[in-house]
Amino acid sequence: MSTLTLTPTTTDAPARPDSKRNHRRAVRRQTWVAIAFIAPSLLGFAVFYFWPTVRGIYLSFTDYDVFTAPVWVGLDNYARLFTDETFHNSARATLLYVAINIALQTVLALALAVLMHRLTQSTFIRSVVVMPYLVANVVVALVWFWMLDFQIGIVNEGIQALGGHAIAFFGDETWAIPTIALVNTWRHLGYTALLIFAGLQMIPKDVYEAARTDGASEWQMFWRVTVPLLRPVLALVFVITMIGSFQVFDTVAVTTSGGPGDATRVVQYYIFDLAFQRLDFGYASAISVVLLAVLGVIAAVQLRLTRAGESDLN
Amino acid sequence: MTTTTDPAPITSTTATTSTATTPGTTKRRRVRPPTGKIIAWVAMGAFMLITLFPFYWMLRTALSNGAALATDPGSLLPVEFTWGAFERVLGLATTAEAQAQGGSGASLNFWGYLLNSVLVATIITAGQVFFGALAAYAFARLRWPGRNAVFFLFLIALMVPPIFTQLPNFLLMRDLGLINTYAGIVLPFFFMTPFAIFFLRQFFLGISSEVEEAARLDGAGHLRIFFRIILPMSTGPLATLAILQYIQAWNEYFWPLLVGSDSSVRVLTVALGVFRSQTPQGTPDWAGLMAAALLAALPILLLFIVFSRKIVNSIGFSGIK
Repeated sequence: MSTLTLTPTTTDAPARPDSKRNHRRAVRRQTWVAIAFIAPSLLGFAVFYFWPTVRGIYLSFTDYDVFTAPVWVGLDNYARLFTDETFHNSARATLLYVAINIALQTVLALALAVLMHRLTQSTFIRSVVVMPYLVANVVVALVWFWMLDFQIGIVNEGIQALGGHAIAFFGDETWAIPTIALVNTWRHLGYTALLIFAGLQMIPKDVYEAARTDGASEWQMFWRVTVPLLRPVLALVFVITMIGSFQVFDTVAVTTSGGPGDATRVVQYYIFDLAFQRLDFGYASAISVVLLAVLGVIAAVQLRLTRAGESDLN
Repeated sequence: MTTTTDPAPITSTTATTSTATTPGTTKRRRVRPPTGKIIAWVAMGAFMLITLFPFYWMLRTALSNGAALATDPGSLLPVEFTWGAFERVLGLATTAEAQAQGGSGASLNFWGYLLNSVLVATIITAGQVFFGALAAYAFARLRWPGRNAVFFLFLIALMVPPIFTQLPNFLLMRDLGLINTYAGIVLPFFFMTPFAIFFLRQFFLGISSEVEEAARLDGAGHLRIFFRIILPMSTGPLATLAILQYIQAWNEYFWPLLVGSDSSVRVLTVALGVFRSQTPQGTPDWAGLMAAALLAALPILLLFIVFSRKIVNSIGFSGIK
């Protein structure tokens, strides 16, 4: 990844023979400056990233109700995961959500990105497309909650006008998760499309021109040129959206609160529920450790499988 | 527009149209039928429509009389046009007026929450941009032992899901007695966000070192170089980063819900959630909700309209690199 490459050694002292000691002194002075410059970030990292990570892992081995001191219980919390039906259900709901969300979002975003790439460079269109992403999850959830209302939502009005039956999008157990996935697809689609669009712009124009000279159709060019050359970008986008969608919370919290039944009690909502409604911080921490591990493995596997580091352009 | 962006316009569009309407007379592999392009534009139009319609629907509902919404749910125009919902949300209507239009009568204290949102987002943004710039400078322009190791640590921090750190962070805030304070809402974001550091580092790396060296020959120290040369040269990326972080801070829901649910520090996102759950039985005050949602999103939408080019162009850049 390009982020890991180092700066060329621009700050070296001039190469005079007697400069070696001066140079070393300069480096030492730079080190102090660097420490001063990085101190606030390092403080933030230590207190709000590193320490909570350690504490979270520790708490996952304890029974902790927030009011009394944590009690060490070893692997009990992890053992409990195997028999906790609600957890299994929330894992299933989350996986279903992730699957629908990723599939829809990737396909639609790719389509939209290619459309923008082939049709227009207009900043206006790109701005419109990314607009939903800039609006808070809470606002997006409310708008769709209203539009998909069972009785007087405009979507159901449309369905009924076309002769269908109204659907209880958020109130029906089979519809609730797909609905939330759709809502979030709407919010993220444009952003994802712009990421892919940026990738498309990195593909040299002459590749397309060469393909066209050989008589390739738009469709052939898409599959033979665009997709292979876009693979690293797609892989990265895939990982980003996947990691993001495992953490679905806001939409659920505002619309269904985990219902109907437990249909939308996704993992993050369950963690929230355990920690703040039932004050079971130890078990909640264990689930977030599992979530962290799952996300880590997914990212590693995906990046390897899709060979994200290399593109056919190299 | 269609002709200029087509990479290989061998014939003009009008010629293409005429050849396509008389099938069999042209070599199809050279001249693509315009139907493909038409379908593409129709698809694009559909995307735009689906994107924009909910925004319109918010407005249409917010301008309707809440009590009359159910009488004509399919109307594309506001039902019994009124500013009532906005007045209700902004506290300009009496309880009786509000209830007559389907409001719950509960006040939203919109201005208070707006002020909280502005405060929180502004402080977070200021901290993130300034401290992020300092750190990015250390990573991009200074040589020091352990630089790569620390950078790698920050890279990992970028990958950790927020929920994982937020439970223990909540406990920390409770131990520090910062629940329901601005400090509690702001602190975890204030000092560092890995994204800000990466974003600015990438730009600082690209600044030519000649200017910097000239300044050093003149005896300028790093602090001076940073404030007098690097920062003024980076106003563009700094502004872009500030806008992006401001939007993010404005939209944050989970963390302020955990530590700032009290109405004295409640931000707009949390307030909207509360407002939504305040509807007792029966139908919610949809007009009021939509008016509130629209007002909560308005500052961001305005920011976006002014800076859309900056924001849109920053996306690929920050997301891929």
